[in-house]
Amino acid sequence: MNYLLILLGAVLVNNFVMNQYLGICPFLGVSKKVETALGMGVAVTFVMGLASVISWLVYTYILVPLNITYMQTIAFILTIAALVQFVEMVIQKSSPSLYSALGVYLPLITTNCAVLGVALQNITKNYNLLESLTYGVGGGLGFLLVIVLFAGIRERLESSDIAKCFKGFPIALITAGLMSVAFMGFAGMIQ
Amino acid sequence: MKTNYGKIIRNGILDENPIFRLVLGMCSTLAITTSVSNGFGMGMAATFVLVGSNVVISLLRNFIPDKVRIPCYIVVIATFTTIVQLLMEAFLPELNASLGLFIPLIVVNCIILARAESFASKNGVLASAMDGLGMGLGFTLALLVLSVIRELLGSGTLLGVPVLGAGYTPAAIMTAVPGGFLTLGLLMALINKLTDKDKK
Repeated sequence: MNYLLILLGAVLVNNFVMNQYLGICPFLGVSKKVETALGMGVAVTFVMGLASVISWLVYTYILVPLNITYMQTIAFILTIAALVQFVEMVIQKSSPSLYSALGVYLPLITTNCAVLGVALQNITKNYNLLESLTYGVGGGLGFLLVIVLFAGIRERLESSDIAKCFKGFPIALITAGLMSVAFMGFAGMIQ
Repeated sequence: MKTNYGKIIRNGILDENPIFRLVLGMCSTLAITTSVSNGFGMGMAATFVLVGSNVVISLLRNFIPDKVRIPCYIVVIATFTTIVQLLMEAFLPELNASLGLFIPLIVVNCIILARAESFASKNGVLASAMDGLGMGLGFTLALLVLSVIRELLGSGTLLGVPVLGAGYTPAAIMTAVPGGFLTLGLLMALINKLTDKDKK
């Protein structure tokens, strides 16, 4: 039950993009088409799940015993960078079709703050290994949900009549603002 | 050839303002501009990391092999971020608590990596330091503009001092998540409108 709460909480109530401002760069950058947004969302979910597990292991079995927890930022970002490289190589060898679909997005994920954010939050929230995995996957699914919704809206915006000074980023930001008003409705649903 | 340092700084503050022009570093921008003191603290922290990492990367630019340059840059940036984090914990515990997660997240702020890649890896030490300073000040300035608007409308205060009087009902949405998106969206539209007129 606890795991279900963490999962739902991460997807809806504390959505990474809409409630915590994490992962805004890819959210704004890779959301012009639903198809690419879907690819990015899936890749991020996958990496966030893996990164939660591995960074948790690194923290618990390397940083804590050596008493160097102040190195966590450096250790986590290196772990994530290495992980993203590794995932890229594995996908390239094992499934070329998936690679051609996700390929371009994978390197970008290293600098997605949602990934580093979830790794750091797992530590501050004192989650155990399984809870970290759940939180990571939930956060990723939440990202997938909003980026696909947002891309759907932006596809429609392309063809609508918008004042010139609002074209591009301004209207996208305002759309995102209105979406986050909707997401505020979930607040308080799960503690 | 003499490098014009003033122009490099100006470039970061105005012509290529990281937030309004390049649209980089959005996460921390939107998250922490709920009050002026947070905006200023974040701006200063990012400026420190920008200058530090630009200088080190510029010094090392002839030694770093091209293929592994991105991981090298990230390590340098992460080192400076950790320094900021430890300093803040020691001397500014309150600010550290309110910025929270977003101090370690300076590592993944795209502005810093973008400047390392596009400027510091190709230019001399002093020019890179100036570029870091200019970009950092531009970032700080943009954060200040956003946080003044949001704190004023959202809580009716500036730096915690009430300025709008008791008759003003604070619009809580401005300091909540949607307010960040809306304020930045409207500001960018305004800037587009103003700069568009200049050209005509």
